[in-house]
Amino acid sequence: MNRSMRPLLATVAIFLVAYAAAVFQFPGLLSTRVLGNFLTDNAFLGITAVGMTFVIISGGIDLSVGAVIGFTGVLVAVLISSFGLHPLVAFAIAFVVAALFGAAMGLAIHYLEVPAFIVTLAGMFLARGGASVITQDSVPINNEFYTMISSLYFRLPGGGRLSFVGLLMIAVFVFGAILAHRTRFGSYVYALGGNATSASLMGVPVARTTVQIYMLSSVLACLAGIVFSLYTSAGYPLAAVGVELDAIGAVVIGGTLLTGGYGFVFGTFVGVMLLGLVQTYIIFDGTLSSWWTKIVIGILLFLFIVLQRLVFAASARGDRSSETA
Amino acid sequence: MRVSRYRQSLADNPRPFGSPLYAGQSVEMPILSRNGEPAQRRSRPYLHIIVLMLSTLHAVLGRNAARPREKILSILKKLALAAGIATALSSAAMAADMTVGFSQIGSESGWRAAETSVTKQQAESRGINLKFADAQQKQENQIKAIRGFIAQGVDAILVAPVVATGWEDVLSEAKEAKIPVILLDRGIDGPEDLYLTSVASDQVKEGKVAGDWLVGTVKDKDCRVVELQGTVGSTPAINRKKGFEEAIAGHSNISIVRSQTGDFTRSKGKEVMEGFLKAENGGKNICAVYAHNDDMAVGAIQAIKDAGLKPGTDILVVSIDGVPDLFSAMAAGEANATVELTPNMAGPAFDALAAYKKDGTMPPKFIITESKLYTPADDPKGEAERRKSLGY
Repeated sequence: MNRSMRPLLATVAIFLVAYAAAVFQFPGLLSTRVLGNFLTDNAFLGITAVGMTFVIISGGIDLSVGAVIGFTGVLVAVLISSFGLHPLVAFAIAFVVAALFGAAMGLAIHYLEVPAFIVTLAGMFLARGGASVITQDSVPINNEFYTMISSLYFRLPGGGRLSFVGLLMIAVFVFGAILAHRTRFGSYVYALGGNATSASLMGVPVARTTVQIYMLSSVLACLAGIVFSLYTSAGYPLAAVGVELDAIGAVVIGGTLLTGGYGFVFGTFVGVMLLGLVQTYIIFDGTLSSWWTKIVIGILLFLFIVLQRLVFAASARGDRSSETA
Repeated sequence: MRVSRYRQSLADNPRPFGSPLYAGQSVEMPILSRNGEPAQRRSRPYLHIIVLMLSTLHAVLGRNAARPREKILSILKKLALAAGIATALSSAAMAADMTVGFSQIGSESGWRAAETSVTKQQAESRGINLKFADAQQKQENQIKAIRGFIAQGVDAILVAPVVATGWEDVLSEAKEAKIPVILLDRGIDGPEDLYLTSVASDQVKEGKVAGDWLVGTVKDKDCRVVELQGTVGSTPAINRKKGFEEAIAGHSNISIVRSQTGDFTRSKGKEVMEGFLKAENGGKNICAVYAHNDDMAVGAIQAIKDAGLKPGTDILVVSIDGVPDLFSAMAAGEANATVELTPNMAGPAFDALAAYKKDGTMPPKFIITESKLYTPADDPKGEAERRKSLGY
């Protein structure tokens, strides 16, 4: 078996063990309703995390995604409610704005040689500030088309609902997995994260790829913002504060290396589900402080960093021994 | 530097990148082989922290990491064990007549914390099994919590909504599952049939009770009142002002001579009061101060003392909320009255719920909590102590 699959397998194993333990305690957790909720409630986080997976595999970081979600929500809400645009037109405008925003960050990171941390931090302040300048309040979206998509779902046996946004998240994960593992762009991203210098020596178009990565992340964050506004039927400038950190957490728990070059989109999916499980467990328990969510996420993150170190230290040693042999 | 190197390398190597790379096939050995070097990473601030954490953990876990499989297995075993213990410990909490989920906004203020602890007390005294979820000021967490409660099949859901919009989907899910929802403290924008009832205070009445107290206290004497308003444009500020004005209307001896916002904060309340005192002949022309909340009143009391006057005697102090610090001031004779914003929103909610569950009695759509007036005659010292224990 491939050694480097281990972090992914560990994530899956931990999820299954944790879910089994939780179901053992609260049998109600094993229902189509809960499974449907996992998808619906974490849709915006999952979509954001797909973009974040690419960014982190490339060795970067994107702190602006939470703010982009908030900005998109407000922009879409204002365009629909105040300017009377059709939601699809508003979405198109939001996507263009987000793509330009991501491209600008990618360009700054590559050509100004500023760390992604700083550039996307600036992006975060810009987007969050921009959202708050547009409006300070929660802007309700009252549009028939909007209500239609937000209440679109398939009924599962057992009372569960497979919502449109949940399906959308799955579609984004499938798209992300194909993009990462089956396209040239995907291989460029891995190469860039493995070692930017070697990648460029091997002919990877570093500038173009960097810009594309941050565009992808911002566009997916924008999609997450639209999903979030469907979820709450409103745009709120302070929506999704700190989601960037949850997304980074999900990506790392999913087995992606924070230093880049290694990771799986599917792992991120399991990571998101694991975060959702922890939250749902705490709600089912009903006596634990909700801040335990953060503690469990912290422990999991730590565990995975250690795990990665162990696995990669071992494989590095293996490589050396094969060289000497 | 890096840019030029890339260009150089591209010029030397125009050949496009060959076979695609897959996960794990990274170009160079990942992460640790590079710790000591100045890494060519963009996320450098993270790297430092991670390296630090890793080295600590590595030391703790022992240097010999040659057998990762055993390590992983033992970690997994420990995890499973921990989960098992947790299960055994918490399966004791069972068997109650009714299970109610409560999605609270957070614990941003003392009043909010008190509301949470009063709700827990009320549930306990009625034998209700309360599932509590703190949303940390996030609507998405509240929606998740409500969905979780529905999935669990609770008997009722209490929600203190963080914002007014965006509740229709999740509340119609609850309705479909035939779980009654009761709103606490704040309302929502949406059809009224989505919730059983809403329990909240009447802010206009709070202002009116404060005004009535002043009318009853000064009687026929002339009284120039200064007003410390809440945050401009906020609903409580508008309503509390309105109620107070309604109460003093028709009493020409009482008039509001100055009114300014103190933003509901202690420091701003003090600052604005200092201004009022200077403008009104060092405070000699002021008969009473009406603050829209207790925090501003506590600030104003400080300002009055600094100006060499006696709050509570030279200048009457009346405000709204009923926080422990104001009761302490009242015990010291420095404040005259406060109108309580009760943290017990759950009591009336549970009463309405019990009646509804018993024989389907529909409660009124809006249940108004009592706005009780507290004066130094109501054991302010004891009240201050009692409230502190609630988490104010």
